[in-house]
Amino acid sequence: MGVDATKNLNSSWEAAVAGGKRCCDWSGPGTTTEVKEEEEEEEEITMKGLSGSRFCFYVGFVVGTLSLYLFLRQVWFERSMELPVLGGIQGSSVAAVAEEKQASDSDNWSVEGAALINLNHPHHTGEDSRVADELYQKVRILCWVMTGPSNLQTKARHVKATWSRHCNVVVFMSSVDDPDFPTVGLGTGEGRDQLYWKTIRAFHYALEHHGNDADWFLKADDDTFVVVDNLRWVLSNHTPEEPLYFGKRFKPYAKQGYMSGGAGYVLSKEALRRFVEGFKTKVCTHTTSVEDLALGQCLEKMGVLAMDSRDTLQRETFHPFVPEHHLTGKFSKSFWYWNYCYYPIVEGPQCCSDLAVSFHYVDAELMYTLEYWTYHLRAYGYRHRYRPPLPQGLVERLAQTERATVGTAGRGTIPAGIIVVGGGNQSKMEAVSYKGAARGGKIPMDNNRTAVTQESQQ
Amino acid sequence: MLSEGSSFMKGMALGGIFCLLLSLLGSFTPGMQSSPEDQHHHHHIKAPTNDELQSLSEPQMVELSQKVRVYCVIMVQPKVLVYWATAKDTWSKHCDQAVFYSSESAKALEAVDLNEQDEWTKLRKALKHAYDNSGDLRWFFVARPTSFAIIENLKYLILAKDANEPFYIGHAMKSGELEYVEYESGIVLSYEALRRLVNVFKDEEKCPERGRALWKLSEEKQLAICLKYTGVFAENGEDTQGKGLFNSKSVSSLIEDGMSKNPLDVVEGCCSDLAITFSGMSPNQMQVMMFGVYRLRPYGHNFHDSLIFFPPEGSDND
Repeated sequence: MGVDATKNLNSSWEAAVAGGKRCCDWSGPGTTTEVKEEEEEEEEITMKGLSGSRFCFYVGFVVGTLSLYLFLRQVWFERSMELPVLGGIQGSSVAAVAEEKQASDSDNWSVEGAALINLNHPHHTGEDSRVADELYQKVRILCWVMTGPSNLQTKARHVKATWSRHCNVVVFMSSVDDPDFPTVGLGTGEGRDQLYWKTIRAFHYALEHHGNDADWFLKADDDTFVVVDNLRWVLSNHTPEEPLYFGKRFKPYAKQGYMSGGAGYVLSKEALRRFVEGFKTKVCTHTTSVEDLALGQCLEKMGVLAMDSRDTLQRETFHPFVPEHHLTGKFSKSFWYWNYCYYPIVEGPQCCSDLAVSFHYVDAELMYTLEYWTYHLRAYGYRHRYRPPLPQGLVERLAQTERATVGTAGRGTIPAGIIVVGGGNQSKMEAVSYKGAARGGKIPMDNNRTAVTQESQQ
Repeated sequence: MLSEGSSFMKGMALGGIFCLLLSLLGSFTPGMQSSPEDQHHHHHIKAPTNDELQSLSEPQMVELSQKVRVYCVIMVQPKVLVYWATAKDTWSKHCDQAVFYSSESAKALEAVDLNEQDEWTKLRKALKHAYDNSGDLRWFFVARPTSFAIIENLKYLILAKDANEPFYIGHAMKSGELEYVEYESGIVLSYEALRRLVNVFKDEEKCPERGRALWKLSEEKQLAICLKYTGVFAENGEDTQGKGLFNSKSVSSLIEDGMSKNPLDVVEGCCSDLAITFSGMSPNQMQVMMFGVYRLRPYGHNFHDSLIFFPPEGSDND
């Protein structure tokens, strides 16, 4: 726009000069002069010249006005462009956005071969994630995602952008090597009949290459959504040296049951060692392509225990369908699901734990939606109904770190006081100050509700 | 030749000076209708920052937390009974008082029967009723049951605002010269704004009961016009980063938009963490929202919010 204005300016200037010339030329004397008529002509010329110059004056006046108008317009316009147009996003908040936005991928992930090693557990500004950080160190999980070349851009990509960022290590297992994504090539084909082959090779790969990088080994599909922090909570009271495995437990075909493949399952390090050992000693072989059942049967033979992954209120954490299906769907009595579930099915809101670990048949859009619901959207100040106690091992560890940091706790981390308000239909209001309360102590409140000052409790 | 040229020059110079004089005297800014400051006119409302909250004394915090109580005006009709039932079973449980205003009575569910079909008249009647029956509640949230609201986040937004000042908050839209709050994403009114509104309802000139006969304006715009007469203007509710808190779309819809417009940062670019409203969800999806908002979370991530809101009694989907 600015360039055009200057162009206009220049062209109008040129036109003005040309116009000026023309008008002057028009009234000016001809090129040929004759002596005889010189005087007459001179008189005439002078007469014409006078009116001509008047005309030139008017033209010049108009031209001058116009060109200065354009010039001023140009100047005003440029001035206005510098002023902020949007009031919303300004200086300091831009910095805040930049802070909150994760650093570029290379700061967060180190690519070793086909594995993505997580360097920075994703954090949110304004949150206190000490407990999650402790669990991240203590309960190391390697996530391997079953995918294939045709699914990389349609499914695996979204897994990579969402929940897999919370694993300690993540490996995408495919039939073909892809150094860019990256994926591991397992040397199998693609298709349902290859599923158990892929699983066998994937677990072998994980133990061989990353046996020391993790304590627990999760298998998930590229349409499974996993809340890895909640998986750490489920696993936190168990040791990886025991042969254990967790998931959505099904009952048929195996004495102790087996875990649904789609909902994802986790093997302890010892369980993984035994699985690999089983194939070495031929106790386990490729029996069928039904991957979850075959694996369950092999593990049973190798003395690995199928565990109960439900929360402290006996609510399921691993889910073989999408949230809407579990929360609002009514499973028809003839549906296979009724006969498969090891534990009693609960329909409605109590189907699912607050600390849900997984959902299956999750499409790309739902992946991001779940990530938003889990890690972003919240109700300010809401005191959750379900607040399970800290895992045993963590209580001592956190007390230690708290004692160490008590003196240096900044103003931003712990608020000076918390006011408790009755919400919803409750008409009672309570205000309790936490200021000066001893750490780890309990403050008695009305209605037999006790509030614990230990910030780490959910 | 020279005299013509020189007079041309003189003319130009004079013309330039003339133009300058005009612009300076008449403060005529070529090309601009108004000064840049005027253009950016709409207001923004943000929640208090942590620092602001920590600077308040305890008695002040107690006072604030007791004042920030919300009366929900939910405009229903028997035609959409399932939405009505869903709102009753989901988000409206978190209002301090949730009252359903219906165009006509329905046997299945309880509501204030307005006995009225016209949208604007319904809204007027409902607001008048709310004003008369609000007790000591000082904030009003108006919505249809097709919306989903997170009342705790609304309370956080208005926490440090004085209800004796006029506030008219939501997703502010502009239609010509009129700035109004979009109905679909919820309308927030302070006590003072509602008081002024109820007063101007009596004025048939400024705020006619049946709306303007010549052209039928939507009720959200009618509301804005009436409020404007009382000196109350629409304000846009947003978070500290400028993201809108009031949404007329569902989370899935916004995520879908994000996937095409912002594929490398879908979740960050979508919606605010402390969003207040969404709209356009099916009843089942609203049940899932209850799980997503009030229950589903990653273990070990805590927020030291300055207020605590208890879950409502007699409910298990939150």
